[in-house]
Parts: sequence; C-alpha cells; structure tokens
Amino acid sequence: MSEVMPNAGADQHTIHVALPFHLRTLAGVGSEVSLEVAAPVTIARVLDALEAAYPMLRGTIREFETGKRRAFLRFFACQEDLSNEGMDVALPSAVVEGREPLLIIGAIAGG
Amino acid sequence: MSGVRVLVGTKKGAFVLSADGKRNNWTVDGPFFAGWEIYHLKGSPVDPNRIYASQTSGWFGQLVQRSDDGGRTWIQPGVAPGEKTEGGWPPKPSNRFAYDVSPENGKPLTTHQWYDGTQHPWEFKRVWHFEPSLSDPNTVFAGIEDAALFKSTDGGESWHELSGLRGHGTGPKWQPGAGGMCLHTVILDPSNPDRIYIAISAAGAFRTDDGGKTWKPINRGLKSQYIPDPDAETGHCVHHIAMNPSRPNVLFMQKHWDVMRSDDAGDNWTEVSGNLPTDFGFVVDVHAHEPETVYVVPIKSDSEHFPPEGKLRVFRSRSGGNEWEALEKGLPQKDCYVNVLRDAMAVDSLDDCGVYFGTTGGQVYASPDGGDTWAPIVQNLPAVLSVEVQTLK
Repeated sequence: MSEVMPNAGADQHTIHVALPFHLRTLAGVGSEVSLEVAAPVTIARVLDALEAAYPMLRGTIREFETGKRRAFLRFFACQEDLSNEGMDVALPSAVVEGREPLLIIGAIAGG
Repeated sequence: MSGVRVLVGTKKGAFVLSADGKRNNWTVDGPFFAGWEIYHLKGSPVDPNRIYASQTSGWFGQLVQRSDDGGRTWIQPGVAPGEKTEGGWPPKPSNRFAYDVSPENGKPLTTHQWYDGTQHPWEFKRVWHFEPSLSDPNTVFAGIEDAALFKSTDGGESWHELSGLRGHGTGPKWQPGAGGMCLHTVILDPSNPDRIYIAISAAGAFRTDDGGKTWKPINRGLKSQYIPDPDAETGHCVHHIAMNPSRPNVLFMQKHWDVMRSDDAGDNWTEVSGNLPTDFGFVVDVHAHEPETVYVVPIKSDSEHFPPEGKLRVFRSRSGGNEWEALEKGLPQKDCYVNVLRDAMAVDSLDDCGVYFGTTGGQVYASPDGGDTWAPIVQNLPAVLSVEVQTLK
C-alpha cells in the first residue's frame, strides 16, 4: 500500500518507488512508497527524497563515500534498465507523471 | 534467579536463546532481521539489556542495530523506528564507517597489499565484531573489514576510527585472508582501560597501551609456513584470541595453524598445540573461573574445513595448553562435516562454567559443566557466524 504525500507545488512531482523486500521491512513500508520530488526528476533526486523520508535506508541503496549505486541493486522503469544511465539523467515521463513506478530491485544471486 | 542469554548471529538472521541457570530448558526467539547476515551480536557487560548487532548484506551494505531491552526490540541508532525527517539526513548515520584520512595523522593510510601483491585502496565492507566497553554502555568498539578499529561513544549513532592502528607503519603490508581482510578480535583489558588487543586476518595481533592512539604488532614467536621471513612482524593469519579477565596478560591464540599462548600480554608467543589431532581451527576460549582451562575445536586443515574423522570434538586443556583431552559426550561422532567459525564460541560465568559453540550446520551446542557433556540447544538454524553469551544474575 502506497503512502502519498500532498503535492507541494507545480514543480513537485509525486513519484512512486517500489522497494525490494528487505528495504521495505527496514523502512516499515509497503511494496511502494510515494515521494514528492522537485523537477527535474532524476534517480539522484528520488533517492534524496527517499533517504530523507526514510533515513534508515541511507547507505543501503547508494554508497556513502561515492554516492554510487550499490553493485547488486538495479533501477528499472517502464520495462527498461536504467541502472547504468547515470544518477542525474531525467527519468521517463511516465515515472515523472506518476503513471509508472521506479523499481529498485536486488540483483538475483544465489545463496 | 540466574540465567543465560545466548546471542547467535547467522547467515540469515539473529537468534536469542534463553535459559535459567540450569541451562537445560531453552527458549528460542527469532529470527531477528530475517534474511540478513548477522555477523555478530554482543551485550554490554555494564547493562545486559544493551546489545549491539552487526546486520550486513551483499546487496544493501552495513547496518547497525541496537537493543535496549535484552534483544526483544531493536533500533538503528540515530534513527527512531519509523521516524521520518522533514528533509536532510540523519545527523549521525550509524552505518557510516569512514576511514580517517585526515592530514593530522601524518601517515599514508590509503592502501594495503592485495592478493596479487599490488597496493589496493582500503574499502569498508562490513562489521565483523562489536566489543562493548567494560564501563560505559554507550561506548562500543567495532572491528571491520577492510581491517580497522572504530569506536562509538554515543550508543552506536556515530563512529570514528582509531586510525593509529592502520597508521602505525605496517598497514601497506597487510593483506586479506580467504575470508577478507577483517579485524575480527577485540579484547579489552579489565585491569587497564588503555590497553586493547586486536587481531586481523592476515596481518596478526596488535596491542595499544594508550587507548588506541598508538599500536604495536605483537606477533613474536608466531611461525607461518607461507611467510618467507620466520621473524616477520606482520602477515600472520591469526584466527582468534581469548583471555580470562582475571589474568589479562595471558592470551591464547588459534592461529591459521598452531594454538599459541602468551604470558606477557602478547610480547612473546609459544606454541601449545601439544597432542591435538590437528592444530588448524578457528575458535579458542578460556574457562570463566579456571584461567588455565582452554577450549579449541580442531578442524582438519585449511583445505578441509571440517572436523577430523567426521567427529565433532571440543578439545580441553586444563594445563594451559600442550595436554589436551577430547570432549565428545553429546556431540556427533560420525558423519559430521561442519565448521566452527572464529567468533562462534563463548563461555558463561555461572558457578559451573557453561561453554557454547555454533556450527556452519546450524547447530548451537551448550555444555553446562565446563565441557564434560554437551547437548544441542537448536539444530537447524542457518549457518552460525557468531555466538556470545550473557550471564544474567
């Protein structure tokens, strides 16, 4: 179940983010959270908003020292892998308009 | 009424095992942090309700968890459960372990030796061991990979490195063992708050006598086949060190191969493997009330990480080493091919000292009589990474 924050202004966009299981339990949220993000909406800005709202997630998606995506996490949206597109590239319009979520997914690995 | 609480870290979560002083009826709580690797949990000797846990993941990195009620509930220090900020970061990110590269250290702290002999940057990977202070529940040390020692004085909310350890001079020669370059052992001297012992795979043992500002290697007497220089100051793969608090100058060590002993606070070591069937292994511990009674679990070899002959046996020496007896009553004596990892043995301090260890097969065994007899507390946990015990009086 998503939690929607009120829209704060015209430059603000409500972004839906789907988290992997372990981060959901860590943050105490459902499968999807909704965040207010100022334009231009990039992965970096979405993560800024996510980590501000849920500080217990800080360091779990991107590394402290480099700010880079953790190696075994991937970013998907609109059936495309955005993991290597760069943190500051604008997200697809369907994500910005709230019609599609940004998916944060743990890479499949055994064990 | 007295009792014990056994804190078990596993590959897939943490478990808390509780019993009264008889130690034959156990309550099992958990898993906590299900699905996460819990490298280590340890309680404060000052406040037993205060427990620190290292929660880590190859996907999501390191988290620090703290309980203030004996393991029933947990928080990430500095981040109240479910609390949202109005923006900005938590002021003290409890899972940030930033190496100290400040100029005032005056030493290059940038690289260590890599597997191929080249230099490699220090990179934080995880916390292997928490060692709570003997006097303050808010002070705790963290031994981390890549090897360094960190300290928190605010209950785990923030951490700073005791960088004199990496900076003492041999840091660029340290190299990772098969399990990574981990600082896995932290021992606080109860008679001297400025003295701390630590051990690193594969660098060796070190000691500070000034609260962590300066350090010296304490590896004289260690012989390691793979090191060309028989008197090498560092490079030894120390697996674990144990001390009885009543005799803080006497240390026992399980090295990669060899069980060792020091009677002068680590300045010199002598081998006490004696009649052990093999002197490879990971754990070593000392009886709570008999400082010459020592426990190890021999493992066949560095290539075959399981007990010799498929028999899980703890070996006990009552003479401080050299003469060892096999303890097997209640332990599997056929077809047993588990390992016992370096932080997976502990002793309680009840009148009849209890001994505990966990295996990579998910068993946690307890002996309420100093090792004479054993029984499993649990048999089907995930692989056990660490075992600590709290004596509740």
